[in-house]
Amino acid sequence: MKPFSYIPNTVADRAHMLRSLELSRVEELFADIPASVRLDRPMNLPASASEWELMKELKGLAERNVHLEDAISFLGAGAYHHFIPSVVDAVIGRSEFYTAYTPYQPEISQGILQAIFEYQTLVANLLGLEVSNASVYDGATALGEAALMACSHTRRKQVLVARTVHPDHRAVLRTYAAGQAIGVTELAMSDGQLTLRDLERELSDDTAAVIIQYPNFFGSVEDVREIAQRVHARGALLIVSTYPVALGLLEAPGSLGADIAVAEGQSLGNSLSFGGPYLGVMATTSALLRRLPGRIAGQTKDRDGRRGFVLTLQAREQHIRREKASSNICSNQALNALAASVYLSYMGPNGLREVARQCLVKAHYASDRFTAAGAELAFTGSYFNEFVLRLGTRSDHIVSALASEGIYFGVPLGRYYPELEEHVLVTVTEVMPKAAIDHTAERLEAMM
Amino acid sequence: MSRQTTDYPLIFERSVAGRSGYSLPELDVPDVETGALLRQDYLREAAPLLPEVSEVDLIRHYTGLSKRNHGVDSGFYPLGSCTMKYNPKRNEAAVRLPGFALIHPYQPEKSVQGALELMYSLQGYLAEITGMDAVSLQPAAGAAGEWTGLMMIRAYHERRGEHRTKVIVPDSAHGTNPASAAMAGFTIVTIRSDERGAVDLDALKSAVDSDTAALMLTNPSTLGLFEESIVEIADIVHAAGGLLYYDGANANAILGYARPGDMGFDVVHLNLHKTFSTPHGGGGPGSGPVGVKAALIPFLPVPTVAKRSDGSFHLDEDRPLSIGKVKGFYGNFGILVRAYAYIRTMGPDGLKRVAEDAVLNANYLLRRLSAYYHVPFDRVCKHEFVLSGKSFKSHGVKTLDIAKRILDFGYHPPTIYFPLNVEEAMMIEPTESESMETLDAFVDVMIRIAREAEETPDVVKMAPHETVIDRLDETTAARSPILRHTPEQ
Repeated sequence: MKPFSYIPNTVADRAHMLRSLELSRVEELFADIPASVRLDRPMNLPASASEWELMKELKGLAERNVHLEDAISFLGAGAYHHFIPSVVDAVIGRSEFYTAYTPYQPEISQGILQAIFEYQTLVANLLGLEVSNASVYDGATALGEAALMACSHTRRKQVLVARTVHPDHRAVLRTYAAGQAIGVTELAMSDGQLTLRDLERELSDDTAAVIIQYPNFFGSVEDVREIAQRVHARGALLIVSTYPVALGLLEAPGSLGADIAVAEGQSLGNSLSFGGPYLGVMATTSALLRRLPGRIAGQTKDRDGRRGFVLTLQAREQHIRREKASSNICSNQALNALAASVYLSYMGPNGLREVARQCLVKAHYASDRFTAAGAELAFTGSYFNEFVLRLGTRSDHIVSALASEGIYFGVPLGRYYPELEEHVLVTVTEVMPKAAIDHTAERLEAMM
Repeated sequence: MSRQTTDYPLIFERSVAGRSGYSLPELDVPDVETGALLRQDYLREAAPLLPEVSEVDLIRHYTGLSKRNHGVDSGFYPLGSCTMKYNPKRNEAAVRLPGFALIHPYQPEKSVQGALELMYSLQGYLAEITGMDAVSLQPAAGAAGEWTGLMMIRAYHERRGEHRTKVIVPDSAHGTNPASAAMAGFTIVTIRSDERGAVDLDALKSAVDSDTAALMLTNPSTLGLFEESIVEIADIVHAAGGLLYYDGANANAILGYARPGDMGFDVVHLNLHKTFSTPHGGGGPGSGPVGVKAALIPFLPVPTVAKRSDGSFHLDEDRPLSIGKVKGFYGNFGILVRAYAYIRTMGPDGLKRVAEDAVLNANYLLRRLSAYYHVPFDRVCKHEFVLSGKSFKSHGVKTLDIAKRILDFGYHPPTIYFPLNVEEAMMIEPTESESMETLDAFVDVMIRIAREAEETPDVVKMAPHETVIDRLDETTAARSPILRHTPEQ
């Protein structure tokens, strides 16, 4: 019998166990599978690889990807290359955390339960709202869940979403909405922002929620307070999708009138990892607490008064309420939320502000250099660390020519916005050295 | 572990103003006042309330928390329906390779060919393992896979001009099944199980009609029993024009022995964090790929990973009948790398051994425990089985008490009070990664607890005795929720 690293039973063990079952062959345990549906051939998969062979194969695949230490990347658009301190991996690499299930038995799960409670506190504080859940899948699905929350709370079936919200997030929102027969209307933009006029035109007494992004997909800061006022005046909720790192400098969405704030939490200590696993951050007001999807940890006491933590308000959840649950979510992104907690606790208020400040200042330096090199800033609004450049009719050519030199010069926007065919979305974070910006500006100037 | 004598501090309670651990480079471009770059009226008035701790304090805080947590690496974890198998360390090393960890989802396709090839191969492996024609790797977890599958089923019927509104779910199903069906806009029809724990065929026949969109089935069921009438079940549903949905939570039991595709299932999801060894992370991240038969391929979520005739790989977004996007980017890639590593490590014979040893371990445990605990369905089980604690009720001992007493011996208890159709249920899934000695030691503990329940019931009712904390007041936690730390607390 071929040995496998993760299967301890020996030939003798198997024989002993089979004897205790009065069986002679292990196949007899599968006699309840009708012969007509039994697989009568080996599965057509490659033969098993030893650890050394496996790692060689995986390194080979990994080396066929250009990782960002070997490139100059201005890519962002919802997934950001920030510095991840070593403490994050030291904590999430502890196997008491990563090999545990959802904490159903609180007495032996106080570690993860308290970590979730601390995560909820960090998120609520950062987003300026009262309550947070333990996370959902990612920023896009958080937006979908928030829309469902708003519809069930207001008993209305229409949501309005600004076109300045991430196009992929809007796409996921449409899929969530389709399941529930919720209408989704997109709000036009002008100069890269939602205008109050367009908002007013579409707002109605059927509007459950208005969804905006802050800073928006193009990096701009919109008139959140004014939007909130108008949305609330019609009895609708304001859902704000945000970028947690930006909140080191920017006012919290809760303080600006958001009823639900969501975010892609990747930027908080989670690796880029080709798009996942990330985490969906969600926070809301006490009034909406019981509509939150997913796990929530709460503080309580044991029989002798010791402080402890449990999963709570489970009457919202699928394992209790089944088809009447606030969401179907079961597994969320606990380990990614733990990474986010470690990151926020490590950076503290000053570290987060410093990361945000460097993103902001470097982005503006880069934007000055690139416009001096011949690109045009597409919009006039103030922006955080992302901005849209118009490169002209040769845009695609320039982007691919830079890519072939190892410079990923932003996300081309034509695919998402036909009117922005000649534009790219450029992102700068604290890990972008000045020398790389200068070099890119020189190359850009040569190609423009 | 022993009882805590003082409350374990929160990270916020360790905070000291002015202390910090972070380290960042100096700004290397000319500094500009923040207010000159961003609109002043949107700048924070006060810094966010985050803790201020040193690096040492932070590490000790989380190390201390980790010691207050039980994982598979800490000890036996027979949590039924969750497949708490060992999480291979080589898989953890693999995802940390910079070529996987440090690639951006919007990089040019040319620069991520290795990642796309891995995903393409994994789609193929999972299709072969399940007997389906195509696989999407996008859903982030099992429930997301269910919802994705049901949205495809809906699109399939609508494309054929039919508006079918009902999804049938057995009473033993996971709660996510009805919840996902409701999210996809369906009405749920629950059918009972028969006295052998199987789908009641008469109940199914009377529930199925021209309004049936699908039957959702877990096979083996949450009772750990294979649906012996699966061919007949598939015929009943298909004859009415409905589709069959396979909840892959229990796929570990049948790897290499049977495939949902061959049983007549039209849509399946797998939980990579169960069957394919990826860690549960204390509640995620998981991954819930969905496989479909050919007729449903047009409805798969975008993007799928495709191969061009020149051998290169790309993300295929051009799928006009697709249900759309179900997640940001392309799925939980880091989890996909781990599952790929597991499948390559095990190979076809290893995966078959997984099913054999998982099922053998479960039957061995069941046989040894059946003299001491009530067995509601006494037949060969698959990877898990259900016991009932009802015989101890006369001593005032409930299944919850037994679970809490198990904690004292360093084990995670079984899943309790599920499935819902068994009184005082305890659902036990040992998995293939446990040795016979571990199973025997667990049996000894279970026998001891059964004796205690009859002879010294208070020892069980007052359990746990050895954990850092005693049973917690969940009622007050829900009635007066405290969901975050506030400084005045």
